Amino acid sequence: MTTTDTGGSGSLSSPYLDRIRTMRHVRNGKERIIEAILFVAAFCAVAVTVAIVAILLYEASTFFEHVSLVEFLTGTEWTPLFERARYGMLPLLVGTVVTSAIAFLVAGPLGFLIAMYLSEFAPPKLAEVLKPFLELLAGVPTIVYGYFALLFVTPLLQKLIPGLPGFNMLSAGLVMGLMIVPYVASIAEDAMRAVPMALREGSYAMGATRFQTAMWVVLPASFSGVMAAFVLGISRAVGETMIVAIAAGQQPNFTFDPREPAATITAYIVQVAMGDLPHGSIGYQSIFAVGLVLVVITLFFNLIGQMLRRRIREVY
Amino acid sequence: MAETQGPRLRTIIARNHRWDLIIGTIGLLATTVGVLVLMLLFVDLVIDGWQRLTPDFFLNFPSRRPEEAGILSAWVGSALVMVVTAFTAVPLGVAAAIYLEEYAPKNWITELIEINVTNLAAVPSIIYGLLALGLFVYILGLGHSILTAGLTLGLMILPIVIVATREALRAIPVAIREAAYALGATRWQVVSDHLVPYASGGIYTGVIIGLSRAIGETAPVITIGALTFIAFLPPIPFTGDPPAGPFDWLFSPFTVLPIQMFNWLSRPQTAFHVNAAATGIVIIVATLLMNGIAIWLRSRIRSKLKW
Repeated sequence: MTTTDTGGSGSLSSPYLDRIRTMRHVRNGKERIIEAILFVAAFCAVAVTVAIVAILLYEASTFFEHVSLVEFLTGTEWTPLFERARYGMLPLLVGTVVTSAIAFLVAGPLGFLIAMYLSEFAPPKLAEVLKPFLELLAGVPTIVYGYFALLFVTPLLQKLIPGLPGFNMLSAGLVMGLMIVPYVASIAEDAMRAVPMALREGSYAMGATRFQTAMWVVLPASFSGVMAAFVLGISRAVGETMIVAIAAGQQPNFTFDPREPAATITAYIVQVAMGDLPHGSIGYQSIFAVGLVLVVITLFFNLIGQMLRRRIREVY
Repeated sequence: MAETQGPRLRTIIARNHRWDLIIGTIGLLATTVGVLVLMLLFVDLVIDGWQRLTPDFFLNFPSRRPEEAGILSAWVGSALVMVVTAFTAVPLGVAAAIYLEEYAPKNWITELIEINVTNLAAVPSIIYGLLALGLFVYILGLGHSILTAGLTLGLMILPIVIVATREALRAIPVAIREAAYALGATRWQVVSDHLVPYASGGIYTGVIIGLSRAIGETAPVITIGALTFIAFLPPIPFTGDPPAGPFDWLFSPFTVLPIQMFNWLSRPQTAFHVNAAATGIVIIVATLLMNGIAIWLRSRIRSKLKW
């Protein structure tokens, strides 16, 4: 701007302007390269998903060249590593369903109660002390929970239920439930906290107690969020590996009786991975086939959970 | 009318208050169950395993004789795998978060990335093991190595790092960005000179929590086929004969703490279960320590930072 009133703008500004222009050019180029690098990093998330699906589909497709889909989905015998191999995955599926159901029976009510207590009842100071403990509980490695299930909970249960085998789905499910409690509680609590204060104040002003407010005002308003917590908790239980691999045994067993040992989908994958199966054998491919089923189940639950979670945000 | 309604009303109020008290107590009990279980877990492990926690336990290789067995190869393996994990997850995760938070335009590609990050966080860890087995071990030929394990766990904790970094970036007021832009800074200058330094506390917290997940994670590492008897350490660079290259350790077979624990836990002899408990104490102390640091760091940031 100072150049214009001297009159000699052309001679003075052009070398400066050129330099600034080239500087800006270099700068913009650099900026664009950086943006591209950052984009590639972000796109990795998509690449990982695609890679997971591709690998599972690829290995499973060779598996399904040997095994009919009907046998896989309806057969009640799973013995891919035996001489007389059978490829019916229902025993694994039932094992997964039974352990996850037990886990949910523990984690659902407990998680809900904890969420309601922390969000509606607890004095804020106390909640601040208790919450980190729940976070720590969520941080305990699952292998430690497995130890706990096998060598603490199972002996305890054996005293209550005579004749309970050393490996059983009950103990694995119970401990898995305890593991998921913090997860369910924190999602449900988030949902309850998102309910506007004005709703609670309105309820209190009408003379409602805390319990009445929590039950008939906060819960209906956060219902889909609480459901999301349950659904995502189930998804966690279905995908959990070490607790069931350690405490529920690794033998496929087509039974709904939680006192019996049984393998889940995840436990079977661990069992096969532990033995050194040759790459490309049908046993090797079978873990990708059941892995695909596992991904489909958890993805289904996760999508429902995410949808429910998003719904609470849209209402207010 | 008031004479007949009064007592009835009072009983209703009393009943409602009683319910309030009952539910409040049940809620408190439920919440303390979490604390109790944590303590029970820890006490159980300590009672079973504390007598094995001698210096020899940390300096011995695994052995067929339970009283001579130790976790040297396991903790060294865990430490090295964590190095690879951090080097995978931190640059990728932080860069992805910066892109999503500061650069990404609102379009379907961004939406796709967001959906994928959310979903990856919920994919069971064993599936990452299957990915690694198919991709890293066989297609890329990296074998059952430290590198494979580190990359696998790095991808697994990627969503944790991304979410933590994004939250830290989002907490920085827009005014900071506007001030820097007003002085002619480019977007990258704003990010690298202002946003990343201010967000570093939150990023550290996320990375520590991610690593604490990775150090205790067993399933994906078993799936890539690391469950073997390892009674040696990875090669130290420039030592041995012939001298090992600076990156040879990356391709070395290995074992990690949770796998060593699983190995001992799956044996029938109780003497090995004692070793498993001792290893469990080491793992749980490591993860709780990391989580504790992260929680402390976060509360310190919250109380110190006032924009």
